[in-house]
Amino acid sequence: MQKSLAPSSNTSFLQRFGKVLLPVAVVYVLLMAGQPAGLEPGRLLREIISDPTILVQQLITGLANAAIITIIAIGYTMVYGIVEMVNFAHSSVFMLGTMVALLFMVALSGGQATPLWLALLAFIPAMLFCGVLNSVIERMAYRSLRSQPKIVSMIAAMGMDFILQNIGMQIGAFGKLPNAFPKDQSIAWLRVLGNQNPSPKSFPQVLPNINLLESIFGPDVVLRITPAEVVVILSAVILVYGLSWFVANTRPGKAMRAVAQNPAAAAMMGIDVNKIINLTYAIGGALAGAAAVMYGLYKGTTSWDVGFVNGLYSFTAAVVGGIGNIAGAALGALMIGVISALSNQLLASTDWSKAIVFLVLVLVLVFKPTGILGSEGGEKA
Amino acid sequence: MLELKNVHTYYGNIHALRGVNLVVNKGEIVTLIGSNGAGKTTTLRTIQGILRPREGEILLEGVALHKLPPHEIVRRGVSQSPEGRLIFPRMSVKENLEMGAYQRNDASGIAEDMERVFKLFPRLKERIGQRGGTLSGGEQQMLSMGRALMARPRVMLLDEPSMGLAPILVDQIFDIIRELHSQGVTILLVEQNARLALSVADRGYVLETGEMALTGPAKELLHNPQVKAAYLGENH
Repeated sequence: MQKSLAPSSNTSFLQRFGKVLLPVAVVYVLLMAGQPAGLEPGRLLREIISDPTILVQQLITGLANAAIITIIAIGYTMVYGIVEMVNFAHSSVFMLGTMVALLFMVALSGGQATPLWLALLAFIPAMLFCGVLNSVIERMAYRSLRSQPKIVSMIAAMGMDFILQNIGMQIGAFGKLPNAFPKDQSIAWLRVLGNQNPSPKSFPQVLPNINLLESIFGPDVVLRITPAEVVVILSAVILVYGLSWFVANTRPGKAMRAVAQNPAAAAMMGIDVNKIINLTYAIGGALAGAAAVMYGLYKGTTSWDVGFVNGLYSFTAAVVGGIGNIAGAALGALMIGVISALSNQLLASTDWSKAIVFLVLVLVLVFKPTGILGSEGGEKA
Repeated sequence: MLELKNVHTYYGNIHALRGVNLVVNKGEIVTLIGSNGAGKTTTLRTIQGILRPREGEILLEGVALHKLPPHEIVRRGVSQSPEGRLIFPRMSVKENLEMGAYQRNDASGIAEDMERVFKLFPRLKERIGQRGGTLSGGEQQMLSMGRALMARPRVMLLDEPSMGLAPILVDQIFDIIRELHSQGVTILLVEQNARLALSVADRGYVLETGEMALTGPAKELLHNPQVKAAYLGENH
């Protein structure tokens, strides 16, 4: 008894010791190596104190970025919550959503400037398309693999991701779509075996790039909020609130929670587990479609590879917040949005932002592997 | 009412049920006793459609259940309080009960049945807003049984209701099983505690390694020397 206890208390001591030592090392390395990136605490502190509006301004920008990341992240987290699988194709569903939204806007404006109502109407086709697409993918590619080890469906999801990216490339090469950089004359259709990537496409500018605060408080105002930021943040709030209500109060929403908590018991209650899982994919996909329109309105461009970075941020947001947890996804996204906005502003170059963002996230996971709001068993939707 | 004919079920290559025959008549409590691993829970899971029989038939009033998915089987009137209770830990007591009535759309009937469950288990009414995972073992067992009743089942399957409960709670649970019996609910009861099970049941089956070893009226089984020796812990 004594013998078996000794090593385990030893390791826990080491673990505790390591937890104290690790941040010291990390902070030391950061201060040494952070200099070229502009990570100088003294200077940063002085800059923020001399002009606190920087902080508030970057919080606003961060919030807008976080809004988009949140909506994508919920798609990851809901699917994980119910089948414990990471749907790697989710990011490309989002990317195709931007393409569908763009096609819709360009096709229906008939060469004229796209009106705002038409751009907002794009939420409908984008959400429908992505919802149906995700549900079809689940039915065709994942369902029959569900009884296999989880890694099998994840590999299927990666394959699906490549397929969707290539479809996106073909759509992106479609000559009728406006190029983001008109001088870069990209080819009309991709040669199938060619390795030329289509250039990014630009969304019509439907929201004026003005400062809303200026029109309210006069020209002296120091902060800046654009209509696009307001639209994006509002959309995210509406979507998150709507989804939470749906999951908490409706019959299918409750069934989703039941399946997430115990699929066998859910089946015994008479819940069609396959149908509910498919519905979860459809809702996750529809949210990716909504995020795609938000992205188009806010960033103004899209390309076949926008899924990668946004998917990476969103997946990370879901994990850091505690995967399976909708509030956690929003919290993780907020962290990513604000940290990257602040480092964009304060560090030597915006190229460092990603490094800083993921550094902070790795640190969070070192100390709380289940994510900020996650629990040991994996808190689920 | 419920009839199993020569049912064979496998777990992978393991032949778990080897030709089980069983009949439950309307209004009866039938108990299925047997040692650990005899196939009692497997039988209930096969009836519910969670496991598929490789051979044999399961009929509910003549309708074949063995080809239907679990949710269709629930709709046709089979519900279960499963082994280990399997309540939804992060849903409230009320939501757990609502899930039991998932296949029904008669709102007034559901409300009526919820009142009936609360009458049977007043403790659940006190805990109505509490999360299932925060209930005690006995309360979880009550919730699991209440949830199964919410389906307004024609046959209710009860798997090990006494498992892990203090004797006083076991008595309470079995009082409620008697009460359900007097209300005319048809029950198939699986129990480790053979004496208790046979004391409430009309008829009993003894399952041994996937096969029916014995069957008969519960009172006879209680006095059967083989049953006494193997399951009642008496050495006569």
